[in-house]
Amino acid sequence: MIKVNAIGDVCPTPVIKTKKAIDSLTKADVVEVLVDNETAFENVQKFGKEAGGSVSAEVLGEKEYKIVIDMKNIDHKEEKKAENNTIVVIDSDVMGTGNDELGKVLIKGFVYAVSQLENLPNKILFYNGGATLTCEGSDALEDLHFMAENGVEILTCGTCLDYYHIKDKLAVGSVTNMYTIVEAMDQADKIIKP
Amino acid sequence: MLGELPHFEDDNLLVGIETSDDAAIYKVNDQVAMIQTLDFFTPIVDDPYTFGQIAAANALSDVWAMGGEPKVALNIVGFPTCLDPKILGEILKGGADKVIEAGAVLVGGHTIQDDEPKYGLSVSGFVHPDKIFKNFGSKPGDILILTKQIGSGLVNTAIKGGIASEDAIKEATMVMSSLNKKAKEVVENYPISACTDITGFGLLGHCVEMAEASEVSFELKVEDVPYILEAPSFAKMGLVPAGTYKNREYSRAKVKALDIPEFYIDLLYDPQTSGGLLISVEEKYKEDILKAFAKKGMETKVAVIGKVVEKQEKLIILK
Repeated sequence: MIKVNAIGDVCPTPVIKTKKAIDSLTKADVVEVLVDNETAFENVQKFGKEAGGSVSAEVLGEKEYKIVIDMKNIDHKEEKKAENNTIVVIDSDVMGTGNDELGKVLIKGFVYAVSQLENLPNKILFYNGGATLTCEGSDALEDLHFMAENGVEILTCGTCLDYYHIKDKLAVGSVTNMYTIVEAMDQADKIIKP
Repeated sequence: MLGELPHFEDDNLLVGIETSDDAAIYKVNDQVAMIQTLDFFTPIVDDPYTFGQIAAANALSDVWAMGGEPKVALNIVGFPTCLDPKILGEILKGGADKVIEAGAVLVGGHTIQDDEPKYGLSVSGFVHPDKIFKNFGSKPGDILILTKQIGSGLVNTAIKGGIASEDAIKEATMVMSSLNKKAKEVVENYPISACTDITGFGLLGHCVEMAEASEVSFELKVEDVPYILEAPSFAKMGLVPAGTYKNREYSRAKVKALDIPEFYIDLLYDPQTSGGLLISVEEKYKEDILKAFAKKGMETKVAVIGKVVEKQEKLIILK
């Protein structure tokens, strides 16, 4: 068990300390966090749930609270990542240069073909024109949903969604930023680009 | 605490302390009323120039929220001797640039030595006594318009925790430092029912206040409320400021929130720094006002977030 003492810390320090403890885990373990205020008590519980742990919480005294986060799935996640760290990068809503009508047909086919790979990629990154593919009205949504359900992380550049005014149309996966994009590329074993 | 202080009365005091506004309005004559307001706080972003801009935009906001135009501003400054005076220069420059953008004049101010930097403005503005925006007067059939995306409290907490992305910081900074001047210039051309600016009580806190004083209920569509890019993920991660829980505690009995995910609730109660205007106006003006906002070239997101209905058991119904 890892113990985190956040007594005397105010928001957001208890959450950041808990995050560091959970990030440092290399195998399934229990993280126990002590805090002395209600805001931290609520926030650390939220963080634990978001991190995928099962959370139990207890009021020990007037200014003493305990949150226990059981991270059962940590090793499983690590293994999966180690197994296959291929990422696919899609930066346009067409594939190749020449005729755009053809390019649209090709990109749809490309996404379908990726979804049929025996080893699905770890992540698919969408940016610039590619950002429209994860939004309402895209032909590729069905295949992307299929991959998302099978553990592929679908990430779309937030700046791009904003630029094209389609942030509220995002239909699959989540929003990301340049840091995550660069980090994902840096850590990838293989990058596939149509 | 304020309740123990002497109560001031004056026939010319049109808006005083009782309306929980941060500003007062004093009638000078039948044509002119003076709006007086002040606000200052400690740094919320690292960059001193940006901090100056945000603090000034925040202090100026009340004048527009009441339908007036700011005219004269004075600096309020606390600054430690151990810090480089250049930093103070940057803060003041940020503030001054916003006062220029506001169309007001900055005429000095006062600095004291302090353990941590503090900055803000005391602002005077003017409004015609018949054209003051009230923070009550919403009528059933009105729509509710919000002129800035919410979530700055969450992003500020993530900045303190060192985990906010550059994109989120950039958007939050733009939201907090943009003036409510343009929004006021759009809505003053329509017979709006009520207006307020969104600050520390969060969107829901200010909605409760407006609905209660207007004796109506608000139906809000949570998915229509614009937010800063990563604010929902910060809410899920528990980067929720203490003020959110206070706001929630204060208003929860008046709010109906069935099947609304918790992160939305945290977002809606998120205390805002220099938030946008919340406007209640008859639905028939909706298209025209939205067109006018688009034409004005707003940097922030303007959205219709709900409607006003007859008073129900709860003041706010989240859908």
